Amino acid sequence: MTKAPQQVDARRTGLLLGLVILGMVVVGGVGLTLFARGRWWLPPLASVHGGMIDRLFYSTLIITGIVFVLVHVLLALFVWRFAAHGDRKAAHWHDDRRLELTWTIIPTIALAIMVSMSGVVWARIHLVPAAADAMVVDVRGEQFAWRARYPGPDGVFGRVGPRFIDPRTNPWGLDAADPAAADDIVTSELRLVVDRPVRVRLTATSVIHSFFIPEFRVKQDTVPGVTIETRFTPTREGVFEIACAELCGIGHYAMRGRVVVQSQQAFDEWLAQQRPALAPR
Amino acid sequence: MAQVSTELRDGQGRLIAPGARVRSGDLEGTVGRVDPEYGVLTILVEARTGKNERMVRASTVEVLEEVPAGPEHAHEERFIRKYIFSLDHKTIGIQYMLTSLFMALVGGTLAMLIRMQLGWPGTRWEVAAWLFPGGFAAGQMKPDFYLAVVTMHGTIMIFFVLTTILSGGFGNFLIPLQIGARDMAFPWMNMMSYWLVVPAIVVLMASFFVTGGAAGGGWTAYPPLSAIPAAAPGSGLGQTLWLVALAILIIALLFGSLNYITTILQMRAKGMSMMRLPLTIWGLFVTAILMLLSFPVLFAAAVMLLFDRLAGTSFFLPEGIYVAGRVLDHTGGNPLLWQHLFWFLGHPEVYVLILPAMGLVSDIMATHGRKPIFGYRFMVGSIAAIGILSFLVWAHHMYTSGMHPLVAMAFMTTTLAIAVPSAIKTFNWLATLWRARIEFTTSMLFAIGFVSLFVTGGLTGIFLAQPPVDTYMHDTYFVVAHFHFVMASAALFGVFAGTYHWFPKMFGRMMNERLGKIHFWLTFVGIYATFFPMHFAGFAGMMRRIYETQLYQHLQSLGPLNAFISLAAFGLGAAQLIFAYNFVMSLRWGPRAERNPWRATTLEWETPSPPPHGNFGPTEPRVYRWAYDYSVPGAADDYVPQTSPTLAPVAGGGGEEPVTS
Repeated sequence: MTKAPQQVDARRTGLLLGLVILGMVVVGGVGLTLFARGRWWLPPLASVHGGMIDRLFYSTLIITGIVFVLVHVLLALFVWRFAAHGDRKAAHWHDDRRLELTWTIIPTIALAIMVSMSGVVWARIHLVPAAADAMVVDVRGEQFAWRARYPGPDGVFGRVGPRFIDPRTNPWGLDAADPAAADDIVTSELRLVVDRPVRVRLTATSVIHSFFIPEFRVKQDTVPGVTIETRFTPTREGVFEIACAELCGIGHYAMRGRVVVQSQQAFDEWLAQQRPALAPR
Repeated sequence: MAQVSTELRDGQGRLIAPGARVRSGDLEGTVGRVDPEYGVLTILVEARTGKNERMVRASTVEVLEEVPAGPEHAHEERFIRKYIFSLDHKTIGIQYMLTSLFMALVGGTLAMLIRMQLGWPGTRWEVAAWLFPGGFAAGQMKPDFYLAVVTMHGTIMIFFVLTTILSGGFGNFLIPLQIGARDMAFPWMNMMSYWLVVPAIVVLMASFFVTGGAAGGGWTAYPPLSAIPAAAPGSGLGQTLWLVALAILIIALLFGSLNYITTILQMRAKGMSMMRLPLTIWGLFVTAILMLLSFPVLFAAAVMLLFDRLAGTSFFLPEGIYVAGRVLDHTGGNPLLWQHLFWFLGHPEVYVLILPAMGLVSDIMATHGRKPIFGYRFMVGSIAAIGILSFLVWAHHMYTSGMHPLVAMAFMTTTLAIAVPSAIKTFNWLATLWRARIEFTTSMLFAIGFVSLFVTGGLTGIFLAQPPVDTYMHDTYFVVAHFHFVMASAALFGVFAGTYHWFPKMFGRMMNERLGKIHFWLTFVGIYATFFPMHFAGFAGMMRRIYETQLYQHLQSLGPLNAFISLAAFGLGAAQLIFAYNFVMSLRWGPRAERNPWRATTLEWETPSPPPHGNFGPTEPRVYRWAYDYSVPGAADDYVPQTSPTLAPVAGGGGEEPVTS
């Protein structure tokens, strides 16, 4: 066997591996993360609850970053320091109850803290009652478009049924027999009011999609046969995009929707201009 | 210490060895096992009630017909029996391994196609278009082909490469050898296991050539997309074949895992207590249990989905699905049921990939570090803890699926709990390197690389485990980066470490270390260069499985990043050709391997390279110590094989008290 040459270059390999781990993984990893901050990062926040998510993200980034650096620095040091050389023997050392308990208990505590931090944020997003003045809007994922429905002046969503769907005249499938459906407004873009809580009731016609608005830190699958509510409060006027985040077929990549966040007044004016979906055209 | 006799002879001095025809009193049959130390043997008797094995004293035995001398005694197998329909666990393991490596080539090629499209969307690829005429239109990749490629890349790499090579390849080859058995408990079932994988692959690959192409619903195959043929081109016959292939593979894996569990529990050599097993075996053992308990659930789900597709049932399809201009007749199903069933397998499955890798990396680290593994009991305990917890975390894939928010809280807790045994293992590996004497063989380099990749990928899991953070990160490239580090690349490094380490035992030849090291450096750097930047694509919100990256405002800045990732991926892919070259060349021209080239303690290194049929010559090995007696103070050599009966001082409490005889 080629035992001898292996030992000769063991120190060199150990040093090289240590340097690669330090240089590429630690310095490269941390450096690239700092570099990415200005370029490839979370899009600017535009919702209330998103602040909590971002803070959680940054705390996790810092905690995991520290562990990432610590473990890799140790790994780099050890492979450099303990490369085979001379006739030094390895230590026959294989158990230390105190050390084992240390790295059982410390991660347990750290993770318990994270569980509680996340749990609180999650509960504050999902387990509090909806605001009384929240706007309610239906959003539906279709292959491959997003559609929104507003209840119209009566404030009541009309009955729907898939058998009423006509892609041209009645894309939502409103039941003309239900008087509440007569004034329902169906649009191809979602308009919301700035600083006003919204309850978005999500459905899907055929396959699963996912309602993703990056700036709002909102992502919720839309599932056929189920209505799922997601709630948030936009904080910035402007135009945003709905992306589909769940594979839904060949048009998945292009299933882009438009979200316009505007003042209450502008929103009311826009809504007043919309014709009810069942109005004869 | 008395010299232990190593063979048994009868009154006439004829050798009592396995396979010999003997008589003892009114029993007549062939010798099964012999134990010279206690002077006993078993006789296999053919009776009306079937085969029977009886234990008798050697002094009562008369040999009627000796076995011919030589290690290959009594088993001159014909070519087909030996290499094709072999019952020998080593051959089956190697068959599994070569098949998986071939599939890795297919899956890797598909990965390159993905990166071509994402790096430079809309480019005309004349060569690729010529190679895959159905997938390209006017030189550009078609979206349905892209989705088929993504789906098949995931399916092949997870089920037909990593699962089959780790459990089927290393599991088959190593389990009997490392526990001191002559073969698996059920050799015929073992052969069937491999020969079911082959048709599964044929069915899977055939799906590329049917109308609509291969399945395009992702490796998770969420219905209704995967249930309704009209929903996508890939949801036609391709999806049916995908489900059939998976169902066949699952049967194969169940045959295998039953075999592994039984063999490990029942066929360990004398003295090989459970707490003396090498960690490789522990990893494979818990993996087999995970497979046995979780794969049937996916099997059931696959059959249910087939019924939904072909027989009009509605397990996963609710009322009122409107697709392609009409309302379907299905009623009463729930798409989320599939996700629960799928992930009940899907999450244990990632541990099916990582636990064997963890096990063999531990053993490789001890061997090439010339130092006992640190905290053996905690290592075993954390493998078991990960195994148990892996059944309680599946819904962390479903935080945004629409299940109740309280459920997410429960699954966050179990998911972060699984980080504790993972942390224990990581620190134990570090402690193993501390004051080691590291010999940087290629397999050791890959083992150390494994730790780095596992840590990097494990830490990003902490983001995804938290439902609020996952709300943003779910189904973005952050997830893709995460699992490619922790599950795919780490498991792959386990495979490479294991291949460089056990190649000499499998084929009796050494691999080229220089090429191996070049392969390591390029792969280690290539993996980080490919997958680390994907985290940032995820931060920016780039969704998974999108064919075109430039449509959205929030993805506008990602062009250069994706091009860089693609270049890195091509480099990474090309580096694997070095491995393929090294593998093939070493098979034929590698220097002959000695019995124990790495000076390792475990049982497989006590037998010739490659081991003969029956593994261990006439007598089975006897085990006196754990697998980690490296650098024992006072010992003549820096390793003490598990079969060595001489008492050596054992420091600390890791090893069992040596059994004296």
